[in-house]
Amino acid sequence: MKFTPVLAGLCLVGAAGIGHAEYPLAARDLAATCANCHGTNGHSVGGMEALAGAPADRMLKQLMDFRSGDKPGTIMHQITKGYTDEQLELIANFFAAQE
Amino acid sequence: MLNRRDFLKSVGAVAAGSTLAGAFSDRAIAAQARGHVVVVGGGFGGATAAKYLRMWSDGGVRVTLVERQREFISCPISNLVVGGVRQLADITVGYDNLRDKWGVEIVHDEVVGIDVGKREIRLANGDSLTYDRAIVAPGIDFLWDDVPGLAGNEDTIPHAWKAGPQTMLLRKQLEEMPAGGVYAMHIPMAPYRCPPGPYERACVIANFLKTHKPGAKALILDANPDIQSKKGLFMKAFEERYGDIIEYRPNSRLLSVDAANRKAELEFSEVTADVLNVIPPMRAGRIVDHLGVSLINDRWVDVDYQTMEAKGAPGVHVVGDAIFPAPQMPKSGHLANQQAKVAASAVLNLLAGTPPNPSPVVMNTCYSFVDATHVVHVASVHQFDTAQHTFLPVEGAGGLSPAPTELEGQYAHAWSRNIWADMLA
Repeated sequence: MKFTPVLAGLCLVGAAGIGHAEYPLAARDLAATCANCHGTNGHSVGGMEALAGAPADRMLKQLMDFRSGDKPGTIMHQITKGYTDEQLELIANFFAAQE
Repeated sequence: MLNRRDFLKSVGAVAAGSTLAGAFSDRAIAAQARGHVVVVGGGFGGATAAKYLRMWSDGGVRVTLVERQREFISCPISNLVVGGVRQLADITVGYDNLRDKWGVEIVHDEVVGIDVGKREIRLANGDSLTYDRAIVAPGIDFLWDDVPGLAGNEDTIPHAWKAGPQTMLLRKQLEEMPAGGVYAMHIPMAPYRCPPGPYERACVIANFLKTHKPGAKALILDANPDIQSKKGLFMKAFEERYGDIIEYRPNSRLLSVDAANRKAELEFSEVTADVLNVIPPMRAGRIVDHLGVSLINDRWVDVDYQTMEAKGAPGVHVVGDAIFPAPQMPKSGHLANQQAKVAASAVLNLLAGTPPNPSPVVMNTCYSFVDATHVVHVASVHQFDTAQHTFLPVEGAGGLSPAPTELEGQYAHAWSRNIWADMLA
């Protein structure tokens, strides 16, 4: 059962990857912008949600809900508005794939 | 020093994770990047660059970090040390993990020369380091001579704008201040390191005075015409929390200081204080003078934002407070960390002979305390604009807290622990 979200994630990478085909490290570089608060590769050292290994679909839904205002936040509703749909997908999939 | 195989073992979990991200090409590029990168400066920019160069190259690129201090002491959260809420030990982190876990070679020394043509950095101890690419993160240096009377008197008139002994000196002066005394701070014209920092300091110090120095005043003398960051939130905090303590005076140009009498001569008045805290005007750390490039406004390094490579100094990337910033990009530790990742990514691509990220992204988060526990934030996201070849803030993204909260106080401390770990753990 553990692999279901990861496989879903890989499909998303495939879909989202088209626009970034010319630059293969887009997901890694984008996810690094989250590390200041959420830890290197999503491994939070405390006080912030750890993103490493979280299911991609759930993470992406949270990010989209922050952006739409459906999910209240202190700061994430403002930060998510700075990224495109495709970038949020790449980020969610990168973190989902971290152990 | 780890060899490559040991290194791969020690970060095996991370490396294995990255292959799952569908990034097989990630590994291919990591395998291609070879060479020696010298990082100058071990603060938010330099330490992050050193770690990410090693992590993203799977240990394939040799990294030497030159830093004169034995330990990193954080400017963010240092206002809480000034205010007596935290200790210096709480904001101090060693370089051991960079060396032992990530295999960064650390040299505690001073850079005395950079030969951009020969790709060589000379150290005070007489050694030279040759590099394939360099990342220079020198932070800021002060323009002492812009304020007559200030040079050589930082033991009497602390700035506390570089964390460490100066932080403790300002703390000590505040503790020794008489009840009913006057604390005066001068803020230089923007741009300066950490735009909200002076106003946070005003709040945290006023909070200390309120309980420990009855009748004391905090005079905030700002060379700028207005509060430079989180204006409404700070104005509200000044008025509602510290109305009888803080007096904010904009357009207060500082002409000179008299250290013996702790007196500040301003354009239209004079102020004598028990504690005089002058944040001097500043510029890029003087190490950049070795690059032989002309500085913007004689102060800041002009960089290609896509790679952070300094214009006119091929092979040298500059990050952090030392650069001339892209539009609406503040000089913050958070952005130094983000720029360092842009530089590390670009350097590894260039060493591997592959094109750098065509559309890097950076973002900023900055928490400020308005007392010991209540915090407000400002955030922004900056996407690289190919047409203008610069980072532009995303309109409609980012923003401010509606009001100070203790929840954001907890996030501020969590931010500090996580960013220090992102740099140094």
